Amino acid sequence: MHKNPQLNKHGELQHLLTIDGLPAATLRHILDTAESFLNIAEREVRKVPLLRGKAIFNLFFEPSTRTRTTFEIAAKKLSADVINLNIGTSSQSKGETLLDTVNNLSAMQADMFIVRHSESGAAHLIARHVEPHIHVVNAGDGRHAHPTQALLDMFTIRHYKQDLTRLRVAIVGDMLHSRVARSQIHALTTLGVPEVRMIGPKTLIPTCAERMGVQVYHDMEKGLKDVDVIIMLRLQNERMRGALLPSAQEYFKYYGLTAEKLALACPDAIVMHPGPMNRGVEIESSVADGVQSVILSQVTFGIAVRMAVMSILMGSEGEQ
Amino acid sequence: MQLPEIDALILEMARQIKPHLTAESALVGIHTGGAWVAEKLSELFGMPLPFGTLDISFYRDDFSRIGLHPQVKPSHIPFEVEDRHIILVDDVLNTGRTIRAAMNELFDYGRPASIRLAVLVDRGGRELPIAAQIVGAHLKLAATQNIQLNRDESGRLSLSLHEKKD
Repeated sequence: MHKNPQLNKHGELQHLLTIDGLPAATLRHILDTAESFLNIAEREVRKVPLLRGKAIFNLFFEPSTRTRTTFEIAAKKLSADVINLNIGTSSQSKGETLLDTVNNLSAMQADMFIVRHSESGAAHLIARHVEPHIHVVNAGDGRHAHPTQALLDMFTIRHYKQDLTRLRVAIVGDMLHSRVARSQIHALTTLGVPEVRMIGPKTLIPTCAERMGVQVYHDMEKGLKDVDVIIMLRLQNERMRGALLPSAQEYFKYYGLTAEKLALACPDAIVMHPGPMNRGVEIESSVADGVQSVILSQVTFGIAVRMAVMSILMGSEGEQ
Repeated sequence: MQLPEIDALILEMARQIKPHLTAESALVGIHTGGAWVAEKLSELFGMPLPFGTLDISFYRDDFSRIGLHPQVKPSHIPFEVEDRHIILVDDVLNTGRTIRAAMNELFDYGRPASIRLAVLVDRGGRELPIAAQIVGAHLKLAATQNIQLNRDESGRLSLSLHEKKD
């Protein structure tokens, strides 16, 4: 039997590395737990003592202010101690290997690593290597996966649409370079969304897309027809190698979400974006700020979802 | 062992609570059984009381041993806790650890004027200096026994006894 490196022998989630291969029940458990963390924000004391005395290390080998901050807020709301390390600027540039860095930090009594890395598989490598009591969360690795982003997107969709098993969801943009899209597709199909569409130019949609169970559209107007959820992806300028696109203006003309194109979707369709947005490139400002946009709710929900992930992992028994 | 009838216990609890009710009182039930009992109690008072529920999963003292409870429900306190006279309701009082956790959580909502503890059954076995002011029934149970509150589809409550698994 294929062993999922994220689960311990009791089937509990020990690391969160990818959505791929996780059972629907595990995803639902995370989303349900996040519901309970949501209203902590409305209390006098906006934190719980659950992870008091635990040390969570944010290991960011690739810069990301927003993701790192939401993980930091989530950890602090659980009363954990948070240590932020911007590795790109320190030991790695002095020649230390990834595992040497991790060994050093483990010796500083870490309980959890939140890992962001430009290489696919970095979080898996760390998870295989750490001692059994240490948990690893993948906060984005290369083009591979960004599971907490996908989970907060599922939380957002469930919040506004309740029943996921009757939805049409369109993901628009650069799927080729997007770890977010990959994780979203796994999460949507695992949770029983019957129709997932991928809309984008041929050069930005991988040939394997249809094998992942999505319907591919190159014409955005056709692809948006009657969808309940529109997820815009960011145009990944920094990941673009070679001439995959003529220009940002040209891209906006064909694949930018405008009010006219949004009108083709269901009237109550929601618009999502993982951020940071390129206004005027993949999304028109009036749509990003419009009544159908739930982009800022995604950020708020992201904190509750990351609190759920951290507390579920930290409560699972390490594999001996 | 003959288990007491729930309706009589809840009436007895309501009788003990009534003299303490003021305009600043509120009922808070602990998930899941305590919330059921608090719901029944609230129907017995002549006045509508502010009503809340607590899930103490994020305040338990055994998290590092057994992890997060598999089914956490959101706590819901739709009123100001500050200066409120809280009647905290649970189904079974045993070690007192749940009550400690519940009080810690309540204080994160504000500083109540007072907290009174009301339980359906006090089965003894305290491990913390905690006592209930309002008790439906005192039962003497063997340490190997568990008493559990159940609710059927029609909303009827009943008690059942089980042998502890380990």
